[in-house]
Amino acid sequence: MKSPLIEFVDVKKSFGNNHVMQGVNLSIYEDEISVVIGKSGSGKSVLLKHIIGLMQQDSGSVLFNGDDISSMSRREKKEFKKKFSYMFQENALFDSMNIYENIALPLTETSLFSKQEIREKVEMRIEQLEIQGTASKYPAQLSGGMKKRVALARALVTEPSIVLFDEPTTGLDPVRKNGVHAMIKSYQQMFGFTAVIVSHEIPDIFEIAQRVAMLEKGKIIFQGSSKEIMDCDIDDVSSFISGKGDFTDY
Amino acid sequence: MITKSIENIGFWTVEKIERIGRIFIFLFRGLFHIFTFPWQVLKIVEHTWFIGTKSMMVIMLTGIFTGMVLGLQGYYTLVKFGSEGMLGSAVALTLIRELGPVLTAIMITARAGSAIAAEIGVMRISEQIDALETMSIDPVRFIFSPRIVAAVISFPMLTALFDVIGILGGYITGSLLLGINGGIYIYRVTESVVMADVTGGFVKSLVFAIVVTTVCCSQGYFTHLQTRGGFGAKGVSFSTTNAVVNSCVLILVFDYVITYLLL
Repeated sequence: MKSPLIEFVDVKKSFGNNHVMQGVNLSIYEDEISVVIGKSGSGKSVLLKHIIGLMQQDSGSVLFNGDDISSMSRREKKEFKKKFSYMFQENALFDSMNIYENIALPLTETSLFSKQEIREKVEMRIEQLEIQGTASKYPAQLSGGMKKRVALARALVTEPSIVLFDEPTTGLDPVRKNGVHAMIKSYQQMFGFTAVIVSHEIPDIFEIAQRVAMLEKGKIIFQGSSKEIMDCDIDDVSSFISGKGDFTDY
Repeated sequence: MITKSIENIGFWTVEKIERIGRIFIFLFRGLFHIFTFPWQVLKIVEHTWFIGTKSMMVIMLTGIFTGMVLGLQGYYTLVKFGSEGMLGSAVALTLIRELGPVLTAIMITARAGSAIAAEIGVMRISEQIDALETMSIDPVRFIFSPRIVAAVISFPMLTALFDVIGILGGYITGSLLLGINGGIYIYRVTESVVMADVTGGFVKSLVFAIVVTTVCCSQGYFTHLQTRGGFGAKGVSFSTTNAVVNSCVLILVFDYVITYLLL
């Protein structure tokens, strides 16, 4: 049986009286696209930030290849982080840098590549993501869809083995939304990374997901394939997927 | 009721100690990373341009009018004692020892410090700082360290500029407008100012550089942790206001402490 690459074991996290995660158990497998769905404010982004160490759990463990992330040494954590890239909901591009500088940033600041090598790597990503002609522009001069591509180019320039996507289609129209989904799917196949996507784009996201988990009231109430979740008879899951249910907590 | 009050005082105290501790750790991390490889020369030049070069005009304007006011006030005070010839000494010493470093630091806080706090605050709320962490880039090194170096380079040079322009302002009112002999004015300036005065002003400007940069950068950096002023854009505006107010107050506090130690 395949063992999980990343595993949440009874993870709890609270912000004051707001108990966002109340014992999350979740498995993420290598080379797959895993999707975490849930209502807005259900703690999906918080869950994602725990994987990369932007947030620390109050209790429980987040395991990477069976090792507890919180007990890693500084050096191990640094090496561990190098395997990851993170694509933020609002892209988190640096407004004061042009597109070339934004994409090159992870290489210029952390690697020992020469300027020429960095240029080659950045130009290759620019070409692969079809954002030629934007290199000298600034993020504010680009459309939402182009910014997403730039953010993805920056995320992929370090050749990560795991990419975390925090609601990558927020604020996009249906056409661009499907474009981003297709882009993630095709680049995942092209580069072979493990993708973890937090999304509430239902059912579109199921098209690209190999594994789906649903976060509800601080717990993972479902884990399985896209097909399994469509046939799931858990009330909270089926009502969420169909867009029905209790709206009083929104 | 009493228990609640004691509890509140306790929370307030812990929160303040935490905040001070956070700022000191931030400062030490920033100072440490100045010396870590690779050197951030380009960024230091960029920030020196922003903090130093772009502040020159406002410093010159403030300096000339401060010197002119000192010349005017000093003349009408000294003339009562028949010692208006001492105007050069009065203007130069006041500027070099006190007003030069203090007003320069306050003007840089108003012009560059507020912009720095706002810029870093926006970086925080738009997750750019989180993005740095996910890219294994130390945000304190990236954001704060080059700015400290730039401030340490810029503050003393701008203070020197302020002093020179201020002395010139005193000359304009004292000598050109009110008729004091120009030679006497210059003679008094050169005769009364000793190296210790210049060194004292230099030390002050260095301390102010570190204080202002630390306060402004930390206010922006920890925007997400402050809850009193609100979140998002309001949080950034609150952090920016705090950065300017706290910097100005601390400049005056440190000015007193350094003056006391130097005298």
